[in-house]
Amino acid sequence: MSKDIEETNSYLLLKGGFPLKNTKKGMNVQKKQQAAGWIFLAPASIMIFIMSFYPMFHAFIMSLQTGSLANMKFLPETGKSIFFNYTWMFSDKVFTRSIFVTFLYLIIEVPIMLVLAMLLAQILNNRDLRCRGLFRTMVFLPCATSLVSYSLIFKSLFATNGLINDVLLKLGWISSNINWLGTTSTARGVIIVALIWRWTGYNMVFFLAGLQNIEYSVYEAAKIDGANGWQTFWKITAPLLKPTIVMTGIMSINGTLQLFDESMNLTKGGPAQTTETMSHYIYDAAWQNHSFGYASAMSFLIFIMVAILSLINLKVGDSRD
Amino acid sequence: MTKTRNKSQIQRRLIPSYIFLIIWSFISVFPLFWMITAATNNTVDVARGKIWFGDQAAVNFANLLKQSATKNGGTLWGSMGNSFLYASVQTILCLFICSLAGYGFELYHDKAKDKLFAILLLAMMVPQVATMIPLFKLISSMKLLNTVWGFILPAISTPFMIMMFRQNSRNFPPDIMEAARIDGLNEFAIFFRMYLPVMRSTYAAAAVITFMSAWNAYLWPKVVMNSDTARTMPMLIANLASGYTTDYGVLMMGVLFCSIPTMVIFFVLQKQFAEGITGAVK
Repeated sequence: MSKDIEETNSYLLLKGGFPLKNTKKGMNVQKKQQAAGWIFLAPASIMIFIMSFYPMFHAFIMSLQTGSLANMKFLPETGKSIFFNYTWMFSDKVFTRSIFVTFLYLIIEVPIMLVLAMLLAQILNNRDLRCRGLFRTMVFLPCATSLVSYSLIFKSLFATNGLINDVLLKLGWISSNINWLGTTSTARGVIIVALIWRWTGYNMVFFLAGLQNIEYSVYEAAKIDGANGWQTFWKITAPLLKPTIVMTGIMSINGTLQLFDESMNLTKGGPAQTTETMSHYIYDAAWQNHSFGYASAMSFLIFIMVAILSLINLKVGDSRD
Repeated sequence: MTKTRNKSQIQRRLIPSYIFLIIWSFISVFPLFWMITAATNNTVDVARGKIWFGDQAAVNFANLLKQSATKNGGTLWGSMGNSFLYASVQTILCLFICSLAGYGFELYHDKAKDKLFAILLLAMMVPQVATMIPLFKLISSMKLLNTVWGFILPAISTPFMIMMFRQNSRNFPPDIMEAARIDGLNEFAIFFRMYLPVMRSTYAAAAVITFMSAWNAYLWPKVVMNSDTARTMPMLIANLASGYTTDYGVLMMGVLFCSIPTMVIFFVLQKQFAEGITGAVK
């Protein structure tokens, strides 16, 4: 603290301003500034505590309870074990399937999307390319649609009497209309395709920003040394882009684990709840079945999954340094 | 001569890149183009696979107005107005609160504040679906269901935005603050008179993405807005699609209406939008 004051004093003297003659006055200025700093960050911090941390804590308490919203009782009061909701969810076939489905989306969609995004960014970063701005805008365009909007567009495109079937029929690739959204495997496929469509351009922007931070001369040096495109990518681009890859990875995992709008609007979870994501199932458990305690327990599990996967991702990102 | 040959050689080598870009651009743009053409056709033509503009736009719009009117007073314009109101208020408050915090965390930083910041970042891992039930209880106990405050309160302070302002505040020269203090400005005046104008571009980027995410929000409004008069645009179009038979022309007209504001923002402020989503990462 006192070092800071000395610094401030010498700084003020250097600047030709009024020197703080006694330390007491210096304390006051320093204290005032400290206080101002706290006041600046107080509203946002308090809001995060009230609107994020406290509800999370509350959700954990509720996960040990059962009953209606107005009258939640702890599980032992109803003669059940305190962790009943947690043990129950693993015997709930629909919920375990929704975990499987969500991870299926995650495992297929995220790698494809990130590779595509990186490829597009790599191409668009080439200075010799013509119409770069136009291409960038078009690749980025899907981000302008809301999640509900694009879900409904894809739902209509893949409807039994929708455009995709029309085109495939005309091309002669199929002989009768495919019920894309009424069959489990194709419905899951449509969700994955839709996700890739919506988020590739978004991630491309991150990679493009990352690539633009790499000096062009590095590539020229590599070219002079006789490195081919593949070597340049693995030896120069990939290592330098690692922070971006980790970041987009965390965001994509986080987002996919919380997938809701698409499941709700594209397939309504159907057929027979086989495309339903965890968030969708939890939403229905809470607002359709009014099992608030159970829904809280399941949502707490998502929180733990997000936290673990983010930490793993960060660790992996670190260890390669 | 050699230079032009070189150039055409380079372009020739780029042909695979062009082909890939053209295919992907087509995939990206086509669904949106189709959405617009479908909004101008009747549902039979849409189902028949027509992909060019028709003359049914006015009919679809009239039907959209009819279908979005509910017994309880919900209308298309009402939902549009709600979405604009919620998104604008959220943008203004979120920018104000988060930029104050980013400014405080960066330019007044000390050990305690850095620690607090690290704790706040943990909120990024909190899933929305986990907080929705406790937040619903909280908002309903405050009697804020179906109000703009119920919509915005959980979203006006986000770790992402605080981080974005904190990172960008590094470009704000501390010398200005010292000079301003010597000129007798107090800490708050420095924020309003020095920081705000200097950070204009960060504010623009933050405003674009906050407005977009507020406009597009779906899960939370679905929880907290249960009256038709408080309904937002995404809720309205989701309802259009939930009937037994869907009129695709009308549905796509609705989707178009829901997308116009974000599309306009996208095309006019694309640079700020791109800066906004990557803003916290610098």
